[in-house]
Amino acid sequence: MSADSRREAAARLHIDWTRCDGRGLCAELLPEALSRDDWGFPLAAPGRLAVDADKSNVPLKHSELGAAADAVKLCPVLALRLARP
Amino acid sequence: MWAFGRASGFASMLLLSASVLLGILTRSGRPLVQLPRVSVSLLHRNVSLMAVVFLIFHVGALLLDSYAQLHVTDVFVPFLGSYRPFWQGLGTVALDLLAAVVVTGLLRHRIGQRTFKLVHWLSYAMWPVAIAHSVGNGTDGTSAPVVAAVVVVSVAVVAAVAWRLSAGFLETARLRQLHGQWRRP
Ligand code: SF4
Repeated sequence: MSADSRREAAARLHIDWTRCDGRGLCAELLPEALSRDDWGFPLAAPGRLAVDADKSNVPLKHSELGAAADAVKLCPVLALRLARP
Repeated sequence: MWAFGRASGFASMLLLSASVLLGILTRSGRPLVQLPRVSVSLLHRNVSLMAVVFLIFHVGALLLDSYAQLHVTDVFVPFLGSYRPFWQGLGTVALDLLAAVVVTGLLRHRIGQRTFKLVHWLSYAMWPVAIAHSVGNGTDGTSAPVVAAVVVVSVAVVAAVAWRLSAGFLETARLRQLHGQWRRP
């Protein structure tokens, strides 16, 4: 995502790091938005976030909203929330 | 009704065992060969709900069956039954535990993670009680096919629990150990 499309984000996926256990379901459901680090924790895919941006709020495209809702529902530790952009 | 009640009980026992296995696999965070984590998680839920459906058939059929002499109180209060009250009571205990696990599972987002998890752990108590009920109360609980099935699922579940308690259980266990307390991003 470029700086422009970042402003157009349909929503943000908020990751609560105090809860997330790196089980990787969200990265499976949102393969374009999220990757996993070596410990299994989700990371915004390269280019999604500005360098200094908040890593806990990953911008999503419109086409990803359904999968993001599934991820919120299925995260085994309820660590995900959808937030307005 | 009698035969149907027994068959559905047996099916429910198999499905509950599969559900426990899938639940442990879900907790490990690993995919199942080609099956993604999301699907393992959904399969765990759906197999559990199927076990519940068969359990409803099982109890419903035996409530309607005159030979079984099962009363509505026996569904909620254990050890009062007229036929092998101890073993039947175990079935009641397992049913009540499962009801708690399923209801809190379905309301997970409403009740919060802590309560959900605490109640979900009851599954580990529910499963052996359900197995004991199958063997002790089933008319052919000690017949060869039932015993063979019970042995197979018991070995599988005991192995899965041993795996659950082992150090390498989590998909990311090796890295997390290597680096001590792992770093969150
Ligand atoms: S699904 Fe939940 S626990 Fe798993 S990596 Fe994503 S946020 Fe973390």
